[in-house]
Amino acid sequence: MIGPAMARRKKARATKVGPVPNPMWELRLYIAGRTAKAMAALSNLQRICDERLAGKYRIEVIDLLRNPALGRGDQILAIPTLVRKLPSPMKKIIGDLSNAQRVLVGLDLKEL
Amino acid sequence: MRVALRSSATSRSRKITRIPPLSLKKAPSGIAGLDELTSGGLPRGRTTLVCGSAGCGKTLFATEFLVRGAVEHGEPGVFMSFEETEEELAANVVSLGFDLRQMVERKQLAIDHVRVERNEIEETGAFDLEGLFVRLRLAIDSVGAKRVALDTIESLFSSLPNPAILRSELRRLFRWLKEQGMTTVITGEQGAGTFTRQGLEEYISDCVIFLDHRVNDQISTRRLRVVKYRGTTHGSNEYPFLIDETGISVLPITSLRLDREASSERVSTGIERLDEMLGGGYFKGTTILCSGSAGTGKTSIAAHLARATCAKGKRCLYFAFEESAAQLLRNMGSIGIDLGRYTANGSLDLVASRPYVQGLEMHLLSIHKAVNQREPALVVIDPISNLVGAGSQLGSNSMLTRLLDFLKTRGITTLFTSLTEGGAGTEQTAVGISSLIDTWLMLDVVRGGGERNRTLDIIKSRGMAHSNQTTEYKISDQGVLLLDTYLGPSGVLTGSARLAREAADQAQVALQEEEIARRQALRGIRRNAFDGRLATLQGEFSVEDAELERDIQERIRQRDGAPAARDAMARSRHAFARAPDAGNGKHNGKHKEKGHRT
Repeated sequence: MIGPAMARRKKARATKVGPVPNPMWELRLYIAGRTAKAMAALSNLQRICDERLAGKYRIEVIDLLRNPALGRGDQILAIPTLVRKLPSPMKKIIGDLSNAQRVLVGLDLKEL
Repeated sequence: MRVALRSSATSRSRKITRIPPLSLKKAPSGIAGLDELTSGGLPRGRTTLVCGSAGCGKTLFATEFLVRGAVEHGEPGVFMSFEETEEELAANVVSLGFDLRQMVERKQLAIDHVRVERNEIEETGAFDLEGLFVRLRLAIDSVGAKRVALDTIESLFSSLPNPAILRSELRRLFRWLKEQGMTTVITGEQGAGTFTRQGLEEYISDCVIFLDHRVNDQISTRRLRVVKYRGTTHGSNEYPFLIDETGISVLPITSLRLDREASSERVSTGIERLDEMLGGGYFKGTTILCSGSAGTGKTSIAAHLARATCAKGKRCLYFAFEESAAQLLRNMGSIGIDLGRYTANGSLDLVASRPYVQGLEMHLLSIHKAVNQREPALVVIDPISNLVGAGSQLGSNSMLTRLLDFLKTRGITTLFTSLTEGGAGTEQTAVGISSLIDTWLMLDVVRGGGERNRTLDIIKSRGMAHSNQTTEYKISDQGVLLLDTYLGPSGVLTGSARLAREAADQAQVALQEEEIARRQALRGIRRNAFDGRLATLQGEFSVEDAELERDIQERIRQRDGAPAARDAMARSRHAFARAPDAGNGKHNGKHKEKGHRT
């Protein structure tokens, strides 16, 4: 519960200044093989981004089975993990992204 | 791999039906003493859980397991750290003499620091830990690892949501590690009422080791217990262990069996008369107790033995718990036992420390380590009674038994001194180890006549004829001197009483000698008198003898002269004279001739 609460606090600070200035969103989705969870995560992510960030985002999918060494850099343990590289600060969201509300909270997209 | 696992499982169940069991393969743990405890090490290709409270040495255990495994047993390892970074880990083992960075370069070790910040993570649905698997697999492949350490994997529970998923994923991880044939050490923090906070012990069925760090009476002791070890016999007691500059060492119990060899070789006590009392000295490899109240000379007797041992070019390890090394050297030098030259040439190691610096177990462990390093022929512990004060009475006996057994197995002669409390029964030791002792010298003080005199008894000495005489000794500038024994009406005479007796004895001897001289003089006089009388008699006899001889000769002459005269007379008368024995013509003729000539 601490996570979302802190996220909300940060969000509140950001909204006082104004809307997020940086239009570019860089998202990285870590998967390990084309599993059902991975596919679900990818389609969920695409849907949310199309709804909320149309035209402002880029998704990079990293398959750790093909590039195992890449997992270390972002400290990936759980699969699937979505990493928000930009805008900073970096955020991590784990799971198949089926809970859209939580994804929005995790990405700081949720309006209070 | 799964098939292989199943077959080993069935063989395990077959064990009950008395078909020869498949022996469990072991991997040397790299922890000094633990392999003896577990008869070979950790289960090879399986997972071992090492758990305990904070600061009990879990991480060091895991590190040593990997580092020593790689360096000493040629098994590369993967260290997956959830708490400490590579730099911190490297710094931890520098003191053990291992360079982690170099090991990583040489592909003996792969270190992966897993850092997960809880507040960065939002859970949005089903997930698994495939990312961890991938990283582990990568690390294992990069060095061809045979060993894996996960330290402390439980911290995942605080950094990742959804414990239910974590549990099932960890279960899968352990199974996977087993399938990969990795000998794995997993550490876990002790929880309330459980071995680990998250109950990891439920998932790990092969081997669980519990480390404990306890403080009793302000003295801390670390203990290790093998909680379970499937398919092997293991000591189930708590064993003290030590963390020092060489890592973890557990006090092993190599010889709880009584099957050691007995030597009949003698070791000189360094005191000539004591050797005689024991019929040649102590047996090599036995345990000698020298007990006595304060100031009876226990240390002196120990120093004699140490000097005698060093003089033969053997090594001696002397643990002093009362005096500093310099003080001991000075004090022994003052009674003519020069130990300094042996400390100088390295045959004598004096280790002085205060008993209360650490607990008994730790002391015994350090003794253990020092013995392993120096391989001495003699170990002196002076005194053991102080050491026992540093531990709980309950534990100390078993600890001492273990130490004694260890020393005996190595064939090391051991001498303990023990201080007996004034007033208490002198044949009791504070230690209660008397039954473990082979030779027991009891030093005592006899008070009386305004003085204290020291006496020595051999209470027992297994396997050798020994004197039952209470003997007085004194500490001179030549060391311990055993004195002649004087028995008085109420026992052995000591001190002034002995001196008085000695003086009386000397007077008696002088008297006897005088008497003998007198008798000898008398005998001379008698002999002279006899000789005189004999001379007189002889004189008289020789006079008589000469007279008789003369008489006899006269008579012979007279007898022989008669016929010649008769012949002469007959010739003058021209008469025929016939000799009285005429039958003997020859005789006659002779006399005739004689007669003619004259």
